[in-house]
Amino acid sequence: MGSNPLDTKKDYQNYVDQKSPNSPILKNCFNAFWVGGLICSIGQIIMDICASKGLDTQISGTIVSIILIGISAFLTGLNIFNKIGKFAGAGSLVPITGFANSIVSPAMEYKSEGYVMGVGGKMFTVAGPVLVFGISASIIVGFIYLIFNTQTVPLV
Amino acid sequence: MKKLGKQTIQFDNPPTILETASIVGPKEADGPLAKYFDQCLDDELWGEKTWEKAESKIIKETVNSVIAKSGISSDTIDYCFAGDLLNQCISSSFGLREINIPFFGIFGACSTFVEGLSLAAVFTESVAENVLCAASSHFCSAEKQFRFPLELGNQRPPTAQWTVTGAGSAIVTKSGTGPFITTMTTGKIVDMGIKDANSMGAAMAPAALDTLITHFKDTGRTPNYYDAIITGDLGYIGKDILIDLAKLQGYNIKSNYNDCGVLIFDKSTQDTHSGGSGCACCGTVFSGYFFNQLRKKEIKKLLLIATGALTNSTTSQQGESIPGIAHAISIEL
Repeated sequence: MGSNPLDTKKDYQNYVDQKSPNSPILKNCFNAFWVGGLICSIGQIIMDICASKGLDTQISGTIVSIILIGISAFLTGLNIFNKIGKFAGAGSLVPITGFANSIVSPAMEYKSEGYVMGVGGKMFTVAGPVLVFGISASIIVGFIYLIFNTQTVPLV
Repeated sequence: MKKLGKQTIQFDNPPTILETASIVGPKEADGPLAKYFDQCLDDELWGEKTWEKAESKIIKETVNSVIAKSGISSDTIDYCFAGDLLNQCISSSFGLREINIPFFGIFGACSTFVEGLSLAAVFTESVAENVLCAASSHFCSAEKQFRFPLELGNQRPPTAQWTVTGAGSAIVTKSGTGPFITTMTTGKIVDMGIKDANSMGAAMAPAALDTLITHFKDTGRTPNYYDAIITGDLGYIGKDILIDLAKLQGYNIKSNYNDCGVLIFDKSTQDTHSGGSGCACCGTVFSGYFFNQLRKKEIKKLLLIATGALTNSTTSQQGESIPGIAHAISIEL
């Protein structure tokens, strides 16, 4: 490095980037892949069991969600889910398990500020943006469907 | 006392650090410096209901411990300087609300401990006989305030640092037999535009460099004047950057420089990434380890530079960069 890295903020940022170790991307991707795959496989097994009991797809899907959310919330309460999340990253974050964790963990953390302003008020601090933009996106998609779909749409 | 250069004060009758005390949490107790701390807790809550109450209890008990160890009566302590990382410094003010000593709450982020010692030295040089300083931080309360809920299953990047749970406290006295606070160099705010809240070491390193070099220029000393030059919580990356940048300015500190954030945890077994941070990082490592080394005369001349990142969660969400600060004191036998 010829010039002083403190000459400009940009120089310093480049210098710091060079000094900072990167996350182990390959290892993280691998762990995310197999843990995420495992969670989805568990979901599929539950789905198949439901189907074998004669339940339709929609009910089976709901049961899968309920069970995975339940397990994730339970493991969050036992101080286990954060360890899985640290290991698997997006593998446990992206499935519905991560969503459950993102709601239960602030609820636990802010219980000290009371059930109304603490648990109630802060429960969605992490998941809030997912809900806001998820619901907003579904409304926009719904309007597009309504406008461009030529067939009769059953609205209820 | 007299002013040297722009930022340094030299004390005519250098105040003595009479006694120190430190209490740390369970993770620090598993670290390499465990045996130097006065008390290691098994439980981060220490029997309290909230992280905030636990941190207040830690600073309160650390202060009680330093007063008891010093053998002086708390009535003879004229002032108290204390601070922490929680909003409005509540750990200090709640923890010390029953202490009955004139109280200054101070905030210098993780540089608070040395900020307190500096102010204590100036006060003892003028009007006070004994001045108490304390600083605390708590991993759980800091995560809650600055980052995410503890149970959230996210990943920390390799540059992230681990907030030390604990508190350090010291009593500075007018007349004593040392270790003496001989000079202090008060740092300027330095902001080199780092915005990543997970890269605190890099954000604070330019401030540490500025204070370090100013100290050498103001005092006419060189790095090898000191047995040890110690920064507060630059961590592995910040330490590496400081050595590098100091060398570019013509100061070789490689052989006698280390960082409290590097020393307090074992990086390979404790998964602490770039090392420790927080007010308690410098506070406990100085009060525990370095004060012991000074007493045993293993270290005779120490330059202690506490570093702070003057940021909060609102400013980082608003995309602001992280201003750094570093305050230095030289402690000699």
